[in-house]
Amino acid sequence: MNVKAVALALILPLAAQAQGFAGLGTEAQDFAEPVPGHVLHFPADHGPHPDFRIEWWYLTATLTGPDGTPYGLQWTLFRSALAPQDGTGWDTPQLWMGHAAVTTPEAHFAAERLARGGIGQAGVEADPFSAWIDDWAMQGLDLDRLRLTAAGTDFAYDVDLRATGPLVLHGQDGYSVKSAAGQASHYYSQPFFDLAGTLSLPEGDIPVTGQAWLDREWSSQPLAQDQQGWDWFSLSFEGGDKMMGFVLRGDADYTSATWITAEGQATAFPDGAFAARPLDLTPVAGRQVPTTWQVTLPDRGVDVTVTALNPDAWMGVSVPYWEGPVTITGSHAGTGYLEMTGYGDD
Amino acid sequence: MTGAVLSALVGHWWRSPLQLITLLAGLALATALWSGVQAINAEARASYDSAASALDEGTLPRITRADGGPIAQDSYVALRRAGWLVSPVIEGQLGEVRLVGIEPLTAPQGSGQGSGLPGLPGGADLGDFLSDPGQILARPEVLARLPRTGARHVAAEDAAPDMAVTDIGVAQRLLDRPGQIDRLILSGEQPRARPALEEVVPGLILTAAQEGADLARLTDSFHLNLTAFGLLSFAVGLFIVHGAISLAFEQRRAMVRTLRALGVPLRRLIALMALELAVLALVAGLIGVALGYLMAAALMPDVAATLRGLYGAEVSGQLALRPSWWISGLAIAMGGTAVAAGGALWSLARTPLLGAVHPRGAGMARWRGGQAAAALGLLAVAGGLALWGQGLLAGFAMLAALLIGGALALPPLLALLTGLAQGRATSAFGQWFWADTRLQLPGLSLALMALMLAMAANLGVSTMVSSFRLTFTGFLDQRLAADLYVGATDAAQAEAILAVAATHADAILPALATEGQVAGRPVQIQGIRDHATYRDNWQFLRAAPDVWDALARGEGVLVNEQLFRRAGLDLGATVPLGAGPALPVLGIYGDYGNPVGQVTLTEDRFRALFPEVQALRFGLRVAPDRIDALRDRLRDRAGLPDAAMTDQAAVKAAALSVFERTFTVTTALNVLTLAVAGFAILMSLLTLAAMRLPQLAPVWALGVTRRRLAALDLLRTVVLAALTGALALPLGLALAWALLAVVNVEAFGWRLPMHLFPLDYLRLGGLALLAAALAAAWPAWRLSRIPVAQLLGVFRHER
Repeated sequence: MNVKAVALALILPLAAQAQGFAGLGTEAQDFAEPVPGHVLHFPADHGPHPDFRIEWWYLTATLTGPDGTPYGLQWTLFRSALAPQDGTGWDTPQLWMGHAAVTTPEAHFAAERLARGGIGQAGVEADPFSAWIDDWAMQGLDLDRLRLTAAGTDFAYDVDLRATGPLVLHGQDGYSVKSAAGQASHYYSQPFFDLAGTLSLPEGDIPVTGQAWLDREWSSQPLAQDQQGWDWFSLSFEGGDKMMGFVLRGDADYTSATWITAEGQATAFPDGAFAARPLDLTPVAGRQVPTTWQVTLPDRGVDVTVTALNPDAWMGVSVPYWEGPVTITGSHAGTGYLEMTGYGDD
Repeated sequence: MTGAVLSALVGHWWRSPLQLITLLAGLALATALWSGVQAINAEARASYDSAASALDEGTLPRITRADGGPIAQDSYVALRRAGWLVSPVIEGQLGEVRLVGIEPLTAPQGSGQGSGLPGLPGGADLGDFLSDPGQILARPEVLARLPRTGARHVAAEDAAPDMAVTDIGVAQRLLDRPGQIDRLILSGEQPRARPALEEVVPGLILTAAQEGADLARLTDSFHLNLTAFGLLSFAVGLFIVHGAISLAFEQRRAMVRTLRALGVPLRRLIALMALELAVLALVAGLIGVALGYLMAAALMPDVAATLRGLYGAEVSGQLALRPSWWISGLAIAMGGTAVAAGGALWSLARTPLLGAVHPRGAGMARWRGGQAAAALGLLAVAGGLALWGQGLLAGFAMLAALLIGGALALPPLLALLTGLAQGRATSAFGQWFWADTRLQLPGLSLALMALMLAMAANLGVSTMVSSFRLTFTGFLDQRLAADLYVGATDAAQAEAILAVAATHADAILPALATEGQVAGRPVQIQGIRDHATYRDNWQFLRAAPDVWDALARGEGVLVNEQLFRRAGLDLGATVPLGAGPALPVLGIYGDYGNPVGQVTLTEDRFRALFPEVQALRFGLRVAPDRIDALRDRLRDRAGLPDAAMTDQAAVKAAALSVFERTFTVTTALNVLTLAVAGFAILMSLLTLAAMRLPQLAPVWALGVTRRRLAALDLLRTVVLAALTGALALPLGLALAWALLAVVNVEAFGWRLPMHLFPLDYLRLGGLALLAAALAAAWPAWRLSRIPVAQLLGVFRHER
């Protein structure tokens, strides 16, 4: 079986591909829908929400080696439900997909795992926190202290995470609107992880330290039908302020942003406040991908150039996309992560 | 002028349609034989390639439980969570259909080719595949045989034959085996570091892909037979094409002379004749390919059944027109024509403008001398390769040298034999008969060589197939010596079986087996109980005196032929096993079909060396009339399902019926090759008929009637065929020996003992004589009716 077909099906169980990136623009049918005013409860909401069609635990980190070399790593667990039910055994309609990657200035390593729910091969438990697929895991006593591991054929990592700030709710108390038509998701982050650990690369083991950002999001139809993909930025500025911003590309672009102070105070910005404009395209994996951006949030005096550490940070997995560390120059300096989806080919 | 010449050339066929038909039929038959064998071969290969790749089990390593039992689903999850990229497979019979349960998300990439899963439109089917109530994918004819399952039955034309694929969850439910897995297949790419298999789940064994590909090796053995047959049919085909073309040229010599005398340039004439032949070859080739297809289609179900029964390989009984053998069929018609026509055109170009219409060269004797030397040389090469050759290629080279050498040696040998007979003949008439026979040899030699190759091929292949059958049935007797075989799923069930068997079976033979290493190679190690079952049935290739007593005393081990050949462990050589002392080899036994080396020792020694290995399978000895009672008790008291009990008589009957089908195929091919060779004789005789008149006319003038002359011609052909057959016997046996003792050993690591089947050879000889007589009948009949004026004309014209 073509893994691509599998993964497509995983993300878009009942949909044709034309409907948004990876079918995220398809109708939600019997699945639960995010509602405004819903109050998130922790640690329960760290766990899965099987009534919703898709969900992810998405961790990215910018790292530095002992010689100052910058690196990036990604650990992602996606949940995709064929039907809004949970259970045990092979009949469970919950499917899981993991992506792991390490980016260096010269190379990009990526791996993918797929698993069925209900048999223990993959899953998430809220308390104590544990998210896993095969031998990849993100687990700890709670979400503040985690150990993160993953391995592919040519790379592996084993790092510890310590939260130094509070959880951040995006949008309206975690209700994040994704289109003018009202598509939305539940969305919160833990952007304040300090990280220390080891990258295992073909050239050897490298001790690294850095900062990590965990995104938690679940929904049943987060994109409008006309939205083809998104460009998502998580930026950490020198001085401690952080910013999350995204552009959903459609007939009319839809943007959203959250400004996070060093203390963890979040301010949500509506459509249009945040803007991101491609400055340079790089040919990657047979398509043109913008790897240098001008990013602005005038309300906070942000006008920066965001440049990919390695323009070839292409995730050649079942549903391919670009995901990699970036450096920030301009009104603010810092590092961050960029994710771009829907650039040609699915 | 071109038009005029063409119309003259075509006009010849128009006036003698029979000649056109024989030419086309000869070419078509040769092509048909070749492409038919190719078609069967190609189709069978393609079919089980697709079946094997259904789960890529031919190329991927796999994990099974050491004792052969099912793997717990938790073990699968434990392995995945330890970083082992494995995918579970469960398999079982659902009614008449083999149901295979897979897990599509973890199945190695590309492994679904042929399982019906690729090409899921937009992925929607995968959703259905994984969603309640699930799907079962199979070819329509397989779906028709499925019982009602509750799952949706989906037709998939590209699914592997005789197999239905579904999700593992659905399969576990339908097979009533919740939480069980039969094997885990490993994907090619594994993470950087993983704990050892034994640390994660004890009791599992990893089988490397190549070792596990025993199915491929066994079926390769059958294919090697078919390929050899294909090569032989190719040689026979070349001879017949040559014969057909020579005939076409001989018959038109007079016309060619006339055309050239009228001023047609030689070059243009040759070009036009070549064009004409190319068109004829193309037409005949197409007819031949079609005939080959029909032949293959008729034989295909038998071939499929043979492979399925012999090795469990799934071969579709349907035939697809494959470009490869289609083109190769046409190529042989065109190529054979080109080779044959090249010589004929060459001789045409060298014929003086008004030269003799029937040149019968004196150069024949010289040529024959050269041919004898070439034959001797080739046979010497074959002998040398047999003695010192290494590798499969040398084996095939030897086959080729043997065949061509044997064929080339035929005419000189026949000349020698007829010469001897002539010397012994007392009457003048007898002397004339043999001298005349000798005179015909050059013209008939090609056809006789074709007959000889056909006979040798048939002899060789039937010897091989029959030897294979004898060996295999003997092997089955050895391996299936117990009357009932039972398998337990766990130790508790094994205890229950033992409890029942202790009172109701005559003897219990536990199957104790594990994996080990000898001389750096993976081997199976098995322990057997000292029992008459083994003593009576096992046959040794080599054995020390009192091998069973010595084995029972624990003084040594037995090894299979594969281990003996690969590791050079002859009698007396010592085999180190586990922690115990190295033991000498007491006997070497044939172990056909097993790709891996095997060491057999006594139960006591085995238990001492491997105390952790539990016997879960048992052979039970019981009188035939008590088998059913024993089965009932095992079912009722030990909870053993029928599927876990195998009646050896049933297994043997199934294996034997498979061989009957193999014989159907072989016999059909035998008859075909002989028919083709007979056809070659017919055409040669037709060619000779006109040329022979000057030789026959004087004999007729001396008072021998046309009837008698015709009868003598018939007799001559039969005598020559009989001599050819007698000479084909040693060649055929040498061929069989080469296939069994050289090629098979090189290809598969075991040697098949050769058996002789004189009655089969007699029958074949009879068939060959019949073919020759039939071929000679019509020319003889024509001779008996030849107008007297024609015979008289010889005296008028030839001076």
